[in-house]
Amino acid sequence: MGKYLLKRVVLAVVTIWAVATITFGLMNMVPGGPFLSEKAISPAATAALEAKYGLDKPFIERYLTYLGDAMHGDFGLSLKQRGRTVSSIISAKFPVSAKVGGIAVLVSLLLGVPLGVLAAYKRGTAIDSTFSVLATLGIAVPSFVICTVLMYFFGVKLRLLPTLGLTSWKHYLMPVFALAAYPTSYIMRLMRSSMLDVLGQDYMRTAKAKGLSQGVSLFKHALRNAILPVITYLGPMIAYTLVGSFIVEKIFTIPGLGGEFIKAINGRDYTMIMGTTIFLAAFMVVMLLIVDIVYTIVDPRIKLK
Amino acid sequence: MSNYLLEVEHLQKHFPVRGSSFRSKLAVQALDDLTFGIKKGETLGMVGESGCGKTTAGRTILRLHEPTGGRIVYDGDILFDKEEKIAVNMLPYRKKMQIVFQDPYASLDPRMTVGDIVGEPIDIHNLCSSKQERYDRIIGLLERVGLNSEHANRYPHEFSGGQRQRVGIARALAVDPEFIVCDEPISALDVSIQAQVINMFEDLQNQMNLTYLFIAHDLSVVKHISDRIVVMYLGRMVELAESYELTMHSMHPYTRSLVSAIPIADPVEARKSNRIILEGDVPSPINPPSGCRFRTRCPYADEQCAAEVPEFREVTSGHYVACHHLDRVK
Repeated sequence: MGKYLLKRVVLAVVTIWAVATITFGLMNMVPGGPFLSEKAISPAATAALEAKYGLDKPFIERYLTYLGDAMHGDFGLSLKQRGRTVSSIISAKFPVSAKVGGIAVLVSLLLGVPLGVLAAYKRGTAIDSTFSVLATLGIAVPSFVICTVLMYFFGVKLRLLPTLGLTSWKHYLMPVFALAAYPTSYIMRLMRSSMLDVLGQDYMRTAKAKGLSQGVSLFKHALRNAILPVITYLGPMIAYTLVGSFIVEKIFTIPGLGGEFIKAINGRDYTMIMGTTIFLAAFMVVMLLIVDIVYTIVDPRIKLK
Repeated sequence: MSNYLLEVEHLQKHFPVRGSSFRSKLAVQALDDLTFGIKKGETLGMVGESGCGKTTAGRTILRLHEPTGGRIVYDGDILFDKEEKIAVNMLPYRKKMQIVFQDPYASLDPRMTVGDIVGEPIDIHNLCSSKQERYDRIIGLLERVGLNSEHANRYPHEFSGGQRQRVGIARALAVDPEFIVCDEPISALDVSIQAQVINMFEDLQNQMNLTYLFIAHDLSVVKHISDRIVVMYLGRMVELAESYELTMHSMHPYTRSLVSAIPIADPVEARKSNRIILEGDVPSPINPPSGCRFRTRCPYADEQCAAEVPEFREVTSGHYVACHHLDRVK
């Protein structure tokens, strides 16, 4: 296990390095720059700004300097938000996104898993078909449509829920719903299909022969065997959802990291793009490692080597 | 009839065919008109080729499949009666009636330790009051089937096929049952292990006074272990008799072909024997042949066989056959 972890950490560093390098290269190829604006600045001022942030140096030199700094945990200053470091922006915005996203993750798990089990158990009935239609809707309808429809009905027509900000629990309802719709539907479908698979297994019949009631055997034997695909999906899903959705954050005016990321790309805020990308990559790598470790707990047949 | 531990009468199991609701109700007629009794302490063997309804019979008797017709009586208690609309809660009977499944790889939950697999029935039926008692009982069961205490903390995938089947047997024995359906318990095992497991079944029967319904497709194995044998073909019984009687004086053409297929160890003898080789395949149980279901492959079949279902009748004492042309077969 120790050796396995060491190997994974080394691999993680390599992965993050690769992501950083590709992003740095792509970013450099995109036309435009952080200091271009409609109001022309004098060439002398632009040159001074570029010199201040080191943008006048050749590509390789900038890349190596950036990597060197990043390895010391210094992700530099934001090019657009004057005077703030990338780390301080991320640490200020991430908790906001993570709070909304975390609730959405919990909701999608607490709804998706039981509903999927129920759909599998009631296979072929009206309940199953209803859930299937809902799940397909949840996967097919894009979140900006969900957001605007929710906003229109609950915010504008019925005036039940506030439409911007995050000041009370009521503010969370619509963004969480919009964020959770896709993962809930996806988990439900995963759960249903793997549950159907497990319900047909011989050991389920063994459980019945032992005299176990259906409810208990459903959750004791079937769920444990069927949950694996959901765990696989959960790793990347948690990373993406916690880092924040640009669309949902934009529509509901949530000051989170997702919105910040898009703002950075539009403004060619190079250091900010690098910082958020590396943050997401690192988060993702950690989640995948956790998923692999959880596998071994859930399924004793899996050994990490 | 009261000396029977288990009796089934006209037991029937039809599986609906999915997606056939537009046509008249199609069904896989997996089991039809199964009628027999098993005496206490007896082993009733059940043979037939694959798809003949042996496994369905075993599972339907334990109501792992809900029967679609007929009656099941266990030790004087009616477990199921279609006509009287009786279907009792099986929980108390799961303690008395157990099953050993065919596939030792699929029938054990891969996420549970062997100790928990064997211990679960003990918990369900509240057979032990303390943890220590439960543990001792589990270890006792494992030792009884030739495993030992250190196996309790392992998972099924760490065992060989033969060991897994022993786990399956220990699990069935955990509730101290009276009656066990052995559903082809050795067909998934190596030949070298088969004999060991068969002998273990016999020893356990003597020690624990068990009654078996022993299902297999290998007549030579069934002949060895059974007191009486019932032969199935396409969901129906074709012949039932004492083991020796059935193999030495088989009457039904199907049984005769099965008996003739038992390998003979002596090559000189083997050359002299007349193997009866059946033509064709087993017909579909969705649309079985009219009358006698065996008629499509039977060398003696005529119009009567197509028109009438042969009665399952007692020809000599204790020897039942379902055939119209016994005189000609002889």
